[in-house]
Amino acid sequence: MTPHPAPETGPILGKLSLEALPLHEPILVITFIGVVLGGIAVLGLITKYRLWGYLWTEWFTTVDHKRIGIMYMILGLIMFLRGFADAIMMRLQQAMAFGGSEGYLTPHHYDQVFTAHGVIMIFFVAMPFITGLMNYVVPLQIGARDVSFPFLNNFSFWMTTAGAVLTMVSLFIGEYAQTGWLAYPPLSGIAYSPNVGVDYYIWGLQIAGVGTTLSGINLIVTILKLRAPGMGLMKMPVFTWTSLCANILIVASFPILTATLVLLTLDRYVGTNFFTNDLGGSPMMYVNLIWIWGHPEVYILVLPLFGVFSEVTSTFSGKRLFGYTSMVYATICITILSYLVWLHHFFTMGSGASVNSFFGITTMVISIPTGAKLFNWLFTMYRGRIRFELPMMWTVAFMLTFVIGGMTGVLLAVPPADFVLHNSLFLIAHFHNVIIGGVLFGLFAAINYWWPKAFGYKLDVFWGKISFWCWVVGFWVAFTPLYILGLMGVTRRMRVFDDPSLQIWFVIAGIGALIVAAGIGSMLIQFGVSIWRRKELRDTTGGDPWDGRTLEWATSSPPPDYNFAFTPVIHDLDAWYDMKSRGHQRPVGGYRDIHMPSNTGTGMILSGFCLVMGFALVWHIWWLVALSFAATIVGAIYHTFNYKRDFDIPAATVTAVEEARTRQLAAGA
Amino acid sequence: MPSNLPRFPARLRLLPLLAALPLLSGCGLIVLDPAGDVARQQGDLIVLSTVLMLLIIVPVMGLTIFFAWKYRASNKEATYKPDWDHSTQLELVIWSAPLLIIICLGAVTWVATHLLDPYRPLARTAPGKPVAAEVKPLDVQVVALDWKWLFIYPEQGVATVNELALPVDRPIRFRISSSSVMNSFYVPALAGQIYAMPGMETKLHGVFDKTGEFEGFSANYSGWGFSNMRFAVKSLPAGEFDKWVATAKASAEGDLSRDAYLKLEKPTHKEPVRRFAASDPQLFDAVVNMCVEPGKMCMHDMMSLDAAGGAGIAGIGNVRQVTYDKFAARGTVDAARWSMRYVAAACSSPVMSNDRPDAKPVAPAMLKGEGLPHPSKPERTALRAPAAADRPLS
Amino acid sequence: MSAPTMTAKTLTAPTSANEPVQFYDLDEHAHPEGHSTMLGFWIYLMSDCLIFAILFACYAVLGGSYAAGPAPKDLFDLKLIALNTAMLLFSSITYGFAVLQMQQGKVRGVQIWLAVTALFGLAFLGIELYEFHHLIEIGAGPQRSAFLSSFFTLVGTHGLHVTFGIIWLVTLMFQLSKHGLIAANKRRVMCLSMFWHFLDVVWIGVFTFVYLMGVLR
Repeated sequence: MTPHPAPETGPILGKLSLEALPLHEPILVITFIGVVLGGIAVLGLITKYRLWGYLWTEWFTTVDHKRIGIMYMILGLIMFLRGFADAIMMRLQQAMAFGGSEGYLTPHHYDQVFTAHGVIMIFFVAMPFITGLMNYVVPLQIGARDVSFPFLNNFSFWMTTAGAVLTMVSLFIGEYAQTGWLAYPPLSGIAYSPNVGVDYYIWGLQIAGVGTTLSGINLIVTILKLRAPGMGLMKMPVFTWTSLCANILIVASFPILTATLVLLTLDRYVGTNFFTNDLGGSPMMYVNLIWIWGHPEVYILVLPLFGVFSEVTSTFSGKRLFGYTSMVYATICITILSYLVWLHHFFTMGSGASVNSFFGITTMVISIPTGAKLFNWLFTMYRGRIRFELPMMWTVAFMLTFVIGGMTGVLLAVPPADFVLHNSLFLIAHFHNVIIGGVLFGLFAAINYWWPKAFGYKLDVFWGKISFWCWVVGFWVAFTPLYILGLMGVTRRMRVFDDPSLQIWFVIAGIGALIVAAGIGSMLIQFGVSIWRRKELRDTTGGDPWDGRTLEWATSSPPPDYNFAFTPVIHDLDAWYDMKSRGHQRPVGGYRDIHMPSNTGTGMILSGFCLVMGFALVWHIWWLVALSFAATIVGAIYHTFNYKRDFDIPAATVTAVEEARTRQLAAGA
Repeated sequence: MPSNLPRFPARLRLLPLLAALPLLSGCGLIVLDPAGDVARQQGDLIVLSTVLMLLIIVPVMGLTIFFAWKYRASNKEATYKPDWDHSTQLELVIWSAPLLIIICLGAVTWVATHLLDPYRPLARTAPGKPVAAEVKPLDVQVVALDWKWLFIYPEQGVATVNELALPVDRPIRFRISSSSVMNSFYVPALAGQIYAMPGMETKLHGVFDKTGEFEGFSANYSGWGFSNMRFAVKSLPAGEFDKWVATAKASAEGDLSRDAYLKLEKPTHKEPVRRFAASDPQLFDAVVNMCVEPGKMCMHDMMSLDAAGGAGIAGIGNVRQVTYDKFAARGTVDAARWSMRYVAAACSSPVMSNDRPDAKPVAPAMLKGEGLPHPSKPERTALRAPAAADRPLS
Repeated sequence: MSAPTMTAKTLTAPTSANEPVQFYDLDEHAHPEGHSTMLGFWIYLMSDCLIFAILFACYAVLGGSYAAGPAPKDLFDLKLIALNTAMLLFSSITYGFAVLQMQQGKVRGVQIWLAVTALFGLAFLGIELYEFHHLIEIGAGPQRSAFLSSFFTLVGTHGLHVTFGIIWLVTLMFQLSKHGLIAANKRRVMCLSMFWHFLDVVWIGVFTFVYLMGVLR
């Protein structure tokens, strides 16, 4: 009944053949033509304006955390458009497929769409977004010149990109997994998924996972080792704190994903029996392992955004953050507790009542520190002077949206309630409620907040507000019907429905998705308009447009390559606010050489080899696997023979840059 | 899809969304208004927990809006305290208010989880109607197949595909398994769901206290034909149920023998309702133990052997007998092609195919695991679900 | 779009202004190169340790699923494994000698001891490969049962780490002869030292948990 039998394996091309091209799917053919035309146009423009050299030297090979951060954000944005296209396709299919109609997607296609939507949104949208954000902001907030391992940072970015590229390749060559985003065996095992879809899933995640883990290590070390003098742990900005905890979670959970996927790979490629039905395997072990990674992953995504909300609330209320200490301890509590709840994802797998209620209650306990955080933001607003700029609007929208998502989450943590709501559209509505309401709203707050820092001009407010209202309204129109459908006992991942009375709800949800699409469109227009009008929107305050409180606002916008000409000395939690209020004098002379890491193309080249290896592994092209593996190893070793990895920015250059800033500050004042 | 399933009336579609919401609970929200005692308690628990949490959610949302409005920058009247960042009393409230709610909810959770454990035999069929000691629950054995449901009634001796008829007011005890991949057995009107997993058995207890026609389905994605993995559920008065059994017994489909099961197991979707007049009484145990196919070693035999320390070097050849579905692959991948897929041909040896020329002859008792005394439980019968499968570990 | 209406001065009560407060480090020195490498590498090792933890956990769960096939006591030859363990333990000791030589600034000595370490590592790998070959040949390969799958994966992952350790050892020997005991190379010797001893510790776990307890069970 699987539509395509497993292909034969040849010595040269492995399983790859012309049949792998999805010529029978008109949607994919049209998409492919669009991508090719768009790609040719972009490449042509780059060639025409002779940007290749610029892109290579200034961006692709850069080790500057700021540029890498921006590249992460661009990657996240591109993949977000793909992930959202999947969402629209699902909404359309579910709104159509009633009363005997099969909709417009075959099971083979629809099953790939929902799998790809989940994988892409988590791994290639949310993860690059938060990694990019942490990369950009954390070194600035702690007064550092770069991260601890700048080359590794570049390599991590390109590995993440390679994973994303491999996932995108599956759209046009072969197929993607039809298993759901966590690929539970035995369905994802070779016996029930004999084609390349699951292999694309595995290798895409493994390659990106290397990047994520390395970037996690990098940021932990950066935060622990490179803080400016005077910045004790309890004087770190809250965003840095939440980033530290998120990165600890990354390092302490992504290896679990790596190991679990390795075992699934062995089952598929070598014929081992970890998760098979026979010869003693245990599919339930996979479910446990994947969620031991999967639950901390949720907190990896949301913790940094909790930090963003703290920064934004405090800045725009013109007030110190309420309860900093309890905020930090709440973050640490969440970090630890996130490892004690994984079983709540499968109460229905038949554990005993005591086990289920243990994990249900630990889950509820997480809502205590989360609730404390919410109250802290609330009391930061209390007796403040709240300026409703875009970041603050997103924050208030978050607070109102997220509490509902949190409430339905605690509801799902009650095992008997979960027995009737598990895998239902209620669950779908719940996690979109926390991920869109928490992670995405937070990202939008962050983008609007730090954009002036990264580029030197603010984002357009008009289009920003349109985007805001479309998103908030669209979100509720799209997901309230899913809550209701969940209570009507409708389960997820369904392609067709019998009961015609359900259709209206799916139509409403589809309209909501269209409103969200308008929100995304307005956001893109907002970016475009802002770039176009960048002269008018220019930040004239010399780098501190929001009257900020933390160190990133102490330097110019965009910051120079070296971030700070002189490393700041910290006396207070709100370091920059403290400097401003105590009338600091910016030093205007005595500049010295600044030691900085050099750019290198090694990261991109090694990731390229890994991408080729991933592709070859998917298609069982063994000679190419061997070749690209050897190339990766040799390339890595070759890189270690390079001992000259840094250079000095001469004092003269620093002087020139800083004097330009002095003039700019004088003009602005 | 049964025609008179309680559902959201079509006329309401015309009403504005908000006007429809309060009316919903009586109409289409089957989870909150089911037809069975267990599901009703679960639905009530949802309402209770929601109310408990609203105790804190509503004030938080109210305060958010109020503070956002009151302390807007344009309101110069409002107090402004830029350096106020700590208050021990407030911190105590902030941490203890959610804590109190969670303590209440945690207590409710602990009790409800134990009372509504799907493995727990029912104590009542409705509030105030305890189950009499002599009432035996009706046994139904459920197998999730690719992509349809098989229901075996051991007491009545009949079996059906995609149709589940149950007598009202009589406790039902489901034993649930699956033939290939994970599914979830869910009848929203009756009781919560539980996973159906290959080679394992899960249990569920439920009871209908209303007659009617409802729907059941798989609530865990299981591949290509998942969307159509639905079945009709009929809650019938006792007399009607007996009549239904009689019709099933008169069915022209014949018996559900092991051979018939092996044919039925092959992947199909949109399978019509089928009724079998009789069923092999040990079929379900064989399904759970993955030994319906002739020549397969039952999993519990394999596990007894393993518990006794394995079958030694001589047992290396025991491969075919314990390979249940590797080569089946929903009927698409044959054994020869499978073996070509191995990356490391070196990792597999001819023994895998059981035709190694120098293979030493092995006593058949060892191979099949039959008749071997179990060290700890010598009285173990041949076809009982393995102990580990009674409650899967997690 | 307006610039913030409040300046910093209006936001705060003035602090003791007479006290000179230093807000910039005017006499700063760049962080010495590689000053956080050891911490970073240590964190990497912990993440690697987690991978092994998962593999150990899998072995704990599946180690008794022989699928009506052979059990550890039928397959493992403790004498061979004891020899193997000795090889790896010796290699850790010889690595220690290499570090001692490094502290005395003797490049040649470091190189010789690293070579000896690599030889012991190769001997370990050779014995392991012999064991694997033997098992696969009698039909007890990783496909035979979940127990063997988890056994081969756990031990094989460790072996793969040792292989990469040896590649690194050889690379480092070249780098030492090219640049001598410069700070960067000393750091690399110390990182590899952590890696190598880490593998030793993991192996002690494997030996105890898989082999000893397997045969005794």
